[in-house]
Amino acid sequence: MSTQRDIIRNGLWTNNPGLVQLLGLCPLLAVSNSVINALGLGLATLLVLTASNVAVSAIRNIVRDEIRIPVFVLVIAAFVTTVELAMNAWLHELYTVLGIFIPLIVTNCAIIGRAEAFASRNPVGHAALDGLMMGLGFALALVALGALRELLGQGTLLADAELLFGAVAQDWTLTIIPDFRGFLLAVLPPGAFIGLALLIAAKNAFERRQARSATAPSAGIADPA
Amino acid sequence: MSDTAATLRRQMFGSAGLLALFAIVGGVLVAGTEALTRERIIEQQRASLRSTLTEVLPAERYTNALLDDTIRIRDPDLLGTDEPLTAYRARRGAEPVAVLFPVVAPDGYSGDIRLLVGIDTHGTLTGVRVLNHRETPGLGDAIETRRSDWIRQFAGLSLGEPPPRQWKVRKDGGQFDQFAGATITPRAVIKAVRQALVFFDTHRDTLLAPPVDTP
Repeated sequence: MSTQRDIIRNGLWTNNPGLVQLLGLCPLLAVSNSVINALGLGLATLLVLTASNVAVSAIRNIVRDEIRIPVFVLVIAAFVTTVELAMNAWLHELYTVLGIFIPLIVTNCAIIGRAEAFASRNPVGHAALDGLMMGLGFALALVALGALRELLGQGTLLADAELLFGAVAQDWTLTIIPDFRGFLLAVLPPGAFIGLALLIAAKNAFERRQARSATAPSAGIADPA
Repeated sequence: MSDTAATLRRQMFGSAGLLALFAIVGGVLVAGTEALTRERIIEQQRASLRSTLTEVLPAERYTNALLDDTIRIRDPDLLGTDEPLTAYRARRGAEPVAVLFPVVAPDGYSGDIRLLVGIDTHGTLTGVRVLNHRETPGLGDAIETRRSDWIRQFAGLSLGEPPPRQWKVRKDGGQFDQFAGATITPRAVIKAVRQALVFFDTHRDTLLAPPVDTP
């Protein structure tokens, strides 16, 4: 039971691929200029990561050590191409917007990293959960950065939601700051680096505060001496 | 000695076989997905092309299958690119209505700006839209219809309207507005649109010729 909780906690927070391991930064920085772009790529990555974790875990006992890396690469490449074709067919507009970053999921080190570090050593169930949680952690980091940049850059959230959710989402766009001319830096590439740095700093600050309040009472008792 | 060599060889062949097996499984998976999605992807690409063309020329203006009535055009000087481009010809019955073709503005602020122009038989623009560009978000991207209406002002213009001197941004003494902080982008677009009109003027007869029946 506790391992499952560990896996969940690891993927979403303690060992978050985007904010702690800092893996897959290329797509993280490149497509995080709006919530919908971020969500689209986050979900695609989540799908590939879970599928590749399951596949790698399922074959872990028949693949010899010497050829495991090429096998992992084959498995991941096959899943990425499948997801790419499916997005081209069913989410064509979003596919056009994300462009090269969908095939580039194959180079996201978070995926081969999980295959090597976790899935190849654990049973299928755990590997699936790990893939799901790592993917979710990555997607959440991506969406948080996307939201930050879209809000500062355009004053909106969920603009172009119809690209991902279809016609029902036509008016999901939330205009948070009306008549906002936009803070250009947030949309440009430097904004991605600064935004990511702010998110990591906020996470670290939060953790430090947690740690301090946990140790505070014992410090108080030691004080009289 | 020969025993270990035999074991080693067996392991190597085993691994190679396994690797080949995975390559085949992966290949089958990808090929299967490709077969399943192929038609849908083609349909999606056509739908997205159709909706772009409709932006430039409303669907009620023509009756033919616009996507299938095409000719290849190439003119490095006027169209801004070496590559051959596809022109779509709109007709009402047998009568030509307009020609839609892409044109490249090679002198944008950051790289090529690809435009789609529609020109009717009188040489008047039915519309201009941006197909893709890499202009600065927040500045040069005002050429997109989702950012501003700037690009819509081309509809109804022609080579003589406004006169050639006026086919410039206001800063250069013309009649078109530039954007705050961005002159290069509109300048490039205006020039490319005008050259598209010149191209139409030069090749009018070929562009409006009746379709060649392909067996």
